[in-house]
Amino acid sequence: MSISIDQSKCIGCGKCHDVCPGTLIKISENKKAFIKYPKDCWGCTSCIKECPVHAIRFFLGEDIGGKGSKVHTEKVNGLVRWIVEFPDGRVKSIDIDPKESNKY
Amino acid sequence: MKQEKIKTDLLIIGGGTAGCYAAITAAKADAASNAVNNAANNAAGLKILIVEKANIKRSGCLAAGVNALNAYITEGRTPKDYVEYAKKDADGIVREDLLYSISEKFNEVTAHLEKLGLVILKDKDGKYVTRGNRNIKINGENIKPILADAVKKLDDVTVLNHVNIFDYSVHDNKIDGAFGFGIENDTFYAIEAKAVIIATGGAAGLYKPNNPGFSRHKMWYPPFNTGAGYAMGIRHGAEMTTFEMRFIALRCKDTIAPTGTLAQGVGAKQVNALGEVYETKYGLSTSERVYGTVTENLEGRGPCYLRTEGISAEQEESLLKAYLNMAPSQTIRWIENGTPSKANVEIEGTEPYIVGGHTASGYWVDTKRATTIEGLFAAGDVAGGAPQKYVTGALAEGEIAAKSAVEYIGAAGLTTSRTSIPEAEVENHIAEIKKFLDSRGDDGGDTAERLEEEMQAAMDAYAGGIQTSYRYSENQLAVALEKIEGIEARINSLHANDFQELMYIYELKERLTVCKSVIAHLAARHETRWHSFAENLDYPEKDNENFRKYVNSRLVNGEIQTFTRELTAEGQKNYEHQH
Ligand SMILES: Cc1cc2nc3c(=O)[nH]c(=O)nc-3n(C[C@H](O)[C@H](O)[C@H](O)COP(=O)(O)OP(=O)(O)OC[C@H]3O[C@@H](n4cnc5c(N)ncnc54)[C@H](O)[C@@H]3O)c2cc1C
Ligand code: SF4
Ligand code: SF4
Repeated sequence: MSISIDQSKCIGCGKCHDVCPGTLIKISENKKAFIKYPKDCWGCTSCIKECPVHAIRFFLGEDIGGKGSKVHTEKVNGLVRWIVEFPDGRVKSIDIDPKESNKY
Repeated sequence: MKQEKIKTDLLIIGGGTAGCYAAITAAKADAASNAVNNAANNAAGLKILIVEKANIKRSGCLAAGVNALNAYITEGRTPKDYVEYAKKDADGIVREDLLYSISEKFNEVTAHLEKLGLVILKDKDGKYVTRGNRNIKINGENIKPILADAVKKLDDVTVLNHVNIFDYSVHDNKIDGAFGFGIENDTFYAIEAKAVIIATGGAAGLYKPNNPGFSRHKMWYPPFNTGAGYAMGIRHGAEMTTFEMRFIALRCKDTIAPTGTLAQGVGAKQVNALGEVYETKYGLSTSERVYGTVTENLEGRGPCYLRTEGISAEQEESLLKAYLNMAPSQTIRWIENGTPSKANVEIEGTEPYIVGGHTASGYWVDTKRATTIEGLFAAGDVAGGAPQKYVTGALAEGEIAAKSAVEYIGAAGLTTSRTSIPEAEVENHIAEIKKFLDSRGDDGGDTAERLEEEMQAAMDAYAGGIQTSYRYSENQLAVALEKIEGIEARINSLHANDFQELMYIYELKERLTVCKSVIAHLAARHETRWHSFAENLDYPEKDNENFRKYVNSRLVNGEIQTFTRELTAEGQKNYEHQH
């Protein structure tokens, strides 16, 4: 499991670098974020939540049952929307009302 | 490499849960005492410095957020009930004084967090929504940013982010400060302080993890908490306690997501491959739950599952959302591989961790959280003796340690003149760092990564890891020690290309030190009191006569020496170190 960063979207704000609890994300000389140590990612999703342009995706490795989908989250009308992009191009999104998020 | 010298009054190492709260408390305590002694005390306010290896906004255990406060005194319950619960779960090996002191503060620190902006769920009558007897539900995704914001507002507190602390400066058993380096600014720091609070959390990554490949860091405990606080204390001769009481979590297979929501949310029962419910057969303490699953597997009735097949579409929808909120990997796995209404969720035990917030491993502290090194206080997962402390316990200990440290600085300030860190010590550290940065370059030889894997494999096979179903014998432990010492001897040949890699070398050193302590403690407890957590094949029974005691340790002439101490008395609320 790790994250990937879409460099064409990244605006180089550095927020993901700042928050990663393992300092795994670095900013290259051309001001683009990249994950330097993908195998060290804890999967905490802090970087994804920080990214203002939704450039960061989360995925499971094949070793833990990953099948190539990429996931990120966006805030839409006060809801947290999780968006899963499947390798075949399909997209599934799930909206969570933060107030209801902890029903269980 | 740049060099910086800093002088502060109170140094807090680790800006996690306990560290942030310690800063908040110390700033407040200082303001209060200045208001009282305004005329007499014309000195400026106490200078407080937090040094954090990541960034306090999202570092440590709370990075991903949490959805409950696991330690709270709910209506009709008392702190004593909590102490009794924790004591029973650890089969007696707890410090009652420490447990009382945190239990009496759970609700107060919770109220403070709510004031800072944490959303705690409430029912129609405005009461907190509880989960069981000791839990309250929160919307805690942003709990760490809330704490960090509160710290940033304090004038007296400075935060150094992305600076890794790797050693204390201790003379005549008194702490004078610490050494660190900036991961992003190539700077060496020598920090002098009048008192130090260590709050670096526990240790992950000692044992080979569940998923040693690409997803090796898909683990429960933060892989970035590498046991620095334990290791620095061990090396400087601090007394440590109960490192043999390892923590192993029962988790969803592969994703290592928590299981509680499945059990409590949809009432999923724990079943073996034959469909038999085995939960109650082995007892209900934390370690017995792990042991039950381990035993079912050993006896050929595995794999084990949480039975979710047949839950309703609505329940499934709620589960997918609940997990997205706290452990998104699990939801993604369901979406990619089949959802819980169609297939039961397999469960497994994690690799063992050393974590004083769940079990009792850590610094041997007095009730004020003073360690046995003068001027050094410990709080949170790094402090021993008080299991089941969780978020609120870590906050409470941060508060207690901060008050004690401020009091200590006040008293010491009047009577002693401080020694400072000797130049020779600074130079030794710099020379070592330069050697790692300058030496051979990548030549295909040892790397920190490979040595870490070797260490984890040795602990897994010979010190009761997943491979042996957490069981070990004295002969195996002897092999483990030999291997760990062999790896330690190879560290000097490692090379770092930058300061992040330098950090990886120091983290490896820390872990190896902690491993040696774990091995010594496992070997010293000649009984099996907690199944799985410390399953000693040479002594498979419990021995109350000789081991209803703490096993403690101290480094003497380079060797970790273990010894036992009598338990604190029933209801005891205060414990002082005997000097
Ligand atoms: C995944 C997870 C989920 C949890 N869920 C819950 C829950 O729902 N409810 C609950 O009550 N409890 C929960 N807990 C337990 C609780 O979060 C912890 O017990 C508590 O936060 C520990 O606080 P701490 O300050 O000791 O450690 P941390 O908060 O981890 O702080 C340690 C800090 O020290 C820093 N550090 C480490 N080494 C160094 C170094 N060498 N130099 C500088 N800085 C360093 C780290 O980066 C980190 O910021 C959970 C724990 C985990 C891991
Ligand atoms: S998910 Fe967490 S650990 Fe992984 S890169 Fe992002 S912030 Fe770092
Ligand atoms: S947060 Fe997003 S935009 Fe900012 S540097 Fe990271 S990837 Fe780029």
